[in-house]
Amino acid sequence: MAAPAVRPPLGRFAAQHLVERNYLVYRRDWVVFVTGFLEPLLYLLSIGLGIQQLVDDFVLPDGTRISYTEFVAPAMLAASAMNGSLFDATFGVFFKLKYEKVYDAVLATPLRPVDVAVGELVWSLLRAAIYAAAFVAFMALLGLAESWWALLGPLAAVVIGYAFAGAGMALTTWMRSWQDFDFITLAVLPMFLFSATFFPLDRYPDAAQWLVQLTPLYHGVVLCRGLTTGAIGLEMLVAVGYLAVMGTIGLAVACRRLGALLLR
Amino acid sequence: MGGDEALVEARGLRKSYGAVEAVRGIDVTVRRGEAFGFLGPNGAGKSSTMRMIAAVSPPSGGTLRVLGMDPTDDGPAIRSRLGVCPQEDTLDSELTVRENLLVYGRFFGLSRPEVARRADELLAFVQLSDRAGARVEQLSGGLKRRLTVARSLINEPEMLMLDEPTTGLDPQARHLLWDRLFRLKQQGTTLLLTTHYMDEAEQLCDRLVVIDEGVIVAEGSPAQLIRDHSSREVCELRFGADDHQGVAERIQHLGERLEVLPDRLLVYAADGEAVAQAVHEGGLTPRSTLVRRSTLEDVFLHLTGRSLAE
Ligand SMILES: Nc1ncnc2c1ncn2[C@@H]1O[C@H](COP(=O)(O)OP(=O)(O)OP(=O)(O)O)[C@@H](O)[C@H]1O
Ligand SMILES: [Mg+2]
Repeated sequence: MAAPAVRPPLGRFAAQHLVERNYLVYRRDWVVFVTGFLEPLLYLLSIGLGIQQLVDDFVLPDGTRISYTEFVAPAMLAASAMNGSLFDATFGVFFKLKYEKVYDAVLATPLRPVDVAVGELVWSLLRAAIYAAAFVAFMALLGLAESWWALLGPLAAVVIGYAFAGAGMALTTWMRSWQDFDFITLAVLPMFLFSATFFPLDRYPDAAQWLVQLTPLYHGVVLCRGLTTGAIGLEMLVAVGYLAVMGTIGLAVACRRLGALLLR
Repeated sequence: MGGDEALVEARGLRKSYGAVEAVRGIDVTVRRGEAFGFLGPNGAGKSSTMRMIAAVSPPSGGTLRVLGMDPTDDGPAIRSRLGVCPQEDTLDSELTVRENLLVYGRFFGLSRPEVARRADELLAFVQLSDRAGARVEQLSGGLKRRLTVARSLINEPEMLMLDEPTTGLDPQARHLLWDRLFRLKQQGTTLLLTTHYMDEAEQLCDRLVVIDEGVIVAEGSPAQLIRDHSSREVCELRFGADDHQGVAERIQHLGERLEVLPDRLLVYAADGEAVAQAVHEGGLTPRSTLVRRSTLEDVFLHLTGRSLAE
């Protein structure tokens, strides 16, 4: 009895096909894609045009003097990487998981839950990198990023996106309805305001400083600020480690949970 | 490639969801090239069984081999050679009709030119070529079903699995689909389908199992099942009065077997006309009398005491 011809196995990176699918969808909804650029830009403009007049320049630990806008701009870069990747990994994934049933169809093909999780993650990181590249270019144009290190801004956005998308996707697998997403908003908003985004860590009360340093966005801000100001330091390495571990744990949990939810 | 090669072999297969036992130990063998059906009422465990075979639902007990492999270990390899048409359409509503096929084909690792070629062929096959650019939401239920069938064929599967392929379709759409499935069968594709329509089972299946409450209650070809579990003919009697039980006792002896349904009595006999005549001669005047051949519906009624279409 001749065995039927076995088809060539899928490439090692089967998740790319899910990225392709998302690209097809977004190619049509380019408006959604473009709005992703706007949010951080608007923040930056409002600060650069308005608040900067009221605030003195900063002196960084290494002695460099920077304007308030230069101080806040990298934080906007980090925050937009967080928001963008969270949006894709939470709302986007929930919609496809519970309403569209996209993954039910995907898992009837050779793809596995890990391919779904990785595919969605890669997709959101691609977006984060593109937005970040545009934002850094804009910063350079306004003279807000004088250091060559700023070229690594998109890479920092990918690391930040990885952390938040991984964790967000993992949490999404426990969501029962859209209401549950309020918990994420509840965590994100204070983080946005108090992760040394708008004022430096040493201005926080002593007791709050260690709390701030525990949040992932704080580390994202440290990373971006180091790159755009050129004040490179060891704390950036710590930040990368923190974010990488957070993303990896999130991704591993998301894989398991997606498998349990979809392959019942 | 012998015609007796088993594509599916299940022994004592079980599936529970928490405390719910959906499949309670079934034995099934599906051979290459045959059209095999699961016939059963709502909640019988048909979809649960199909999902286990399609390697998207881990069995809770028993053994299962699909295409000679273990679905738990070799899911991707098995799925790459199956076509799956699930009970609920899972089309991608953010994509167009044609894009649905393109994207799905890519999931199987097909090259872009190859997948484009197949997509166009399949759209023609299910008569959807003129809707290629439409959004999926704009399709009617019947068209969606056809697209789902087309999608399930994109990888040229060895076995096509259809979970209630024609539920909700109008007779015309239904016959079109049956015709397409019949062609696939003639091309050598193994078909595995579930249905609760006896005519569908009779039309399409070489062999089927009747499944009820998670167990198999009968197995065979449609003709064989009817032979084994029913009489040749059935006399259906409707009486105006609701004293069906009383009437039943009076005419019990006229057939081999009698079923009392809410709206009618069924008398099973080799000669239905003779039964009808005897009823009249006995002084009873049913409001209507119908003599017909036995169907799988009767087999099901006999085996489970319940009607298939609720
Ligand atoms: N994911 C699930 N979680 C819990 N119970 C389930 C699940 N899927 C099915 N069941 C239960 O298992 C039993 C068998 O369901 P299944 O869908 O296999 O039946 P079916 O024969 O396909 O019915 P139908 O004709 O309605 O499609 C039912 O009692 C159903 O409620
Ligand atoms: Mg079902």
